[in-house]
Amino acid sequence: MNKTEEQIVKRAAELLDNKEVDKVIGWKKGEFCFDPSPAAFTSSDELKDFVYNDFCGANLSKYLVNECKSGGKIAVFLKPCDTYSFNELVKEHRVNKEKVKVIGVECHGKLDIEKIKSKGIAAVTGAEESGGKVAVTSLYGNAELDKNEVLLDKCLTCKGKKFAVADEIIVLNEMEETKNDRFSGVEALEKMSEEERFAFWKAELSKCIRCNACRNVCPACTCNKCVFDNNASGVATKAPADTFEEQMFHIIRAFHVAGRCTDCGECSRVCPQHIPLHLLNRKFIKDINRLYGEFQAGETDEGKNPLIEYRESDAEPSSAVNGEVRHA
Amino acid sequence: MQSVTETKNEFVPTIVAFCCNWCSYAGADLAGSSRLSYPANVKIIRVPCSCRVNPMFVLKAFQQGADGVILCGCHPGDCHYVTGNYYTRRRMSLLFGFLNYLGIEKDRTRVEWVSAAEGAKFSAVMNDFAKRINELGENKRLKDLRVKENGHE
Amino acid sequence: MLKFKIDKLNELFDTISAETPLAMPLEKAGEADYGRYEKGAKPALGVLKTVKSPKDLFFPQSETLMKFKTEGKNLAVEAPDENVTPFVLFGVKACDYKAFEVLDRVFLADPVDTYYQSKRNAATIVTLACSKPEESCFCKVFGIDAAAPLGDVTTWMDETYLYWQANTNKGESLTEKVRALAEEGGEDAVAKQQKATREIIDKLPFSHLDLSYFKENGTKEIFDRPEWKELSEACLACGTCTFVCPTCQCFDIREFRSAKNEVIRYRCWDSCMYSDFTQMAGGNNRTTQMQRYRQRFMHKLVYYPENNGGLFSCVGCGRCVNKCPQKLNIVKVAKALGGKKHD
Repeated sequence: MNKTEEQIVKRAAELLDNKEVDKVIGWKKGEFCFDPSPAAFTSSDELKDFVYNDFCGANLSKYLVNECKSGGKIAVFLKPCDTYSFNELVKEHRVNKEKVKVIGVECHGKLDIEKIKSKGIAAVTGAEESGGKVAVTSLYGNAELDKNEVLLDKCLTCKGKKFAVADEIIVLNEMEETKNDRFSGVEALEKMSEEERFAFWKAELSKCIRCNACRNVCPACTCNKCVFDNNASGVATKAPADTFEEQMFHIIRAFHVAGRCTDCGECSRVCPQHIPLHLLNRKFIKDINRLYGEFQAGETDEGKNPLIEYRESDAEPSSAVNGEVRHA
Repeated sequence: MQSVTETKNEFVPTIVAFCCNWCSYAGADLAGSSRLSYPANVKIIRVPCSCRVNPMFVLKAFQQGADGVILCGCHPGDCHYVTGNYYTRRRMSLLFGFLNYLGIEKDRTRVEWVSAAEGAKFSAVMNDFAKRINELGENKRLKDLRVKENGHE
Repeated sequence: MLKFKIDKLNELFDTISAETPLAMPLEKAGEADYGRYEKGAKPALGVLKTVKSPKDLFFPQSETLMKFKTEGKNLAVEAPDENVTPFVLFGVKACDYKAFEVLDRVFLADPVDTYYQSKRNAATIVTLACSKPEESCFCKVFGIDAAAPLGDVTTWMDETYLYWQANTNKGESLTEKVRALAEEGGEDAVAKQQKATREIIDKLPFSHLDLSYFKENGTKEIFDRPEWKELSEACLACGTCTFVCPTCQCFDIREFRSAKNEVIRYRCWDSCMYSDFTQMAGGNNRTTQMQRYRQRFMHKLVYYPENNGGLFSCVGCGRCVNKCPQKLNIVKVAKALGGKKHD
């Protein structure tokens, strides 16, 4: 057990034993070190299964939408990037801040088991990170990998060590300063011709199996009934019958979270087909920054998002689309 | 200006124009009563305000075979509901930029402000847009193939 | 037994596909899935698990059932052609092949699903033995030998050769078409690979998963276990597990109407994880995610075996283990319920 995990479990036990909270939301041990699942704990006895390691990439803030519907106080462990999602949910009145105790936990970037496997390492039985290297054990032999090569995509564009909100924090080892050139992927696409961009997205989006994992994991997707699940909407679909439906689903989803997406990267993390969905959301973020001024969703839990705001001097669509205009 | 529908045996695009009830739809009316022509393949859909247009409407139009979609509303500052078209402006700037990002030709979508007094502008805008769409040809990138199979080919 | 040099594989695929359509794992935008082989396609035979299983070939994710067209007062109904061109399905792994048996018992039982049947009968299935199974594999639990899959033809692959063994008449006739490219022999190499693979399989962490609990206890007892709630807590209600599963067979029937007044009635995969899966005119009988989650595993481990002579409708392919966004899976369920007896 690492020191941070020890500290987290200790604090969780205190909170539960002192009845300060009724429930703790964290991660639970899986069959291996790399498959922890989000879980709720209601007594300190259950905490023996608590885990906080390099594979706890899941953003727990969305679980609060449902958890807050029942009574009682909840403590939740959030990594720095997850706290932005929490703020955004509070802003949109999906989570009641009064009911939640946010405990910020340190993070040095989370690992992606699929990336480890894609290095040709099968039958992985364990993986341990230390000093920028990941030591992997498998039934076919052991390997040492560079940590940067097996980080989750979302961690490659880390938001940094700032907690947007936290009632208390557990940080034992100082977190790294990070560089973030998250728009490089979008820029590369923007430089392509229309034909190339179309070919790129057609190849990516036609892999979509409409499992809805991206939508269901997204902390910004909290509609009680999604338009794509609503048979009365006329656009409800359960499976791709035509590639248009993938475009439709992903365009509408990206637009609906535009201005509210904190760029937490969960959509890309969960996609079984590894579609780079974050590139859709980041296009909106980039354009919003360019046209209406820098904006980071979830930085605060109040205020207006760019799409429910306007200025008389806003750019005209004709010039905005051409990328000519910048926010003054 | 020559109407694009006059040439026979050629591709005739389908164009959907969302027009706000208070300005642009009245502008279309004025164009008509002033005997100013605009292409017959422009299908006008009247909406209470340009900001009523959900991105889904735009996509649905393309899905069902539109080759171009144009949105017309009151000039910024003149909205019947005071601020509606300011929101439209932001939304459509982002949406149309996004469609282009996915590889959809950027000239297939357009936003124009047309007041109730601008019948001539309405006619000119529609003719110009139809001409451009005609040049671009059939929309193949943002269309349901199931529609195309039974479509105008 | 025949063997083909690895560098001759494209020639083999070109030969097969020149005569009959060939479906096999192909790489597309970085992922491997079954698709139609065409010259220049990128075969992905080295990939252990395609994202979707080959059930797509017999039971496509979306499939047109019929079309209606109205013209004036006339209504024309058009049924799809059920004469499917014979095709070759190449590279099926042992677990996915076993999954066809699970699907057959559903779709080929009376009343026969002719859409499935026509495609199933049209296929010549060439299986490919596994040589590098991974930690999420547990086919052994279901009595599957990944080193010796069945099928019309069985193949094994190592660095130098693809070994080929026809098992049925269909397999023999396919073999005749490609014999010119092959050499004889390979029994020893195959036996050696099989031994090594079986040794690894024995060591895989899930290979000795005990499912006896689900056979020995009554449906109600399992259904009422309190653990279901906790097990399902982190479930996002997405359909990943069901859509990557080789044995999930639920579908929904929907209609699409084009602007030209043509209606396409199609069926598409549905997922018991979705909130409207059991939506009926009278309401919905599964209102919580716990109930929906329980349904999936009860179906795999209890309901299906009850109706099919004890055959589980899980084949241990491990796709759900790999792909669940929150790492919930059938192994965790089996261990949580079967590991200790309920008192």
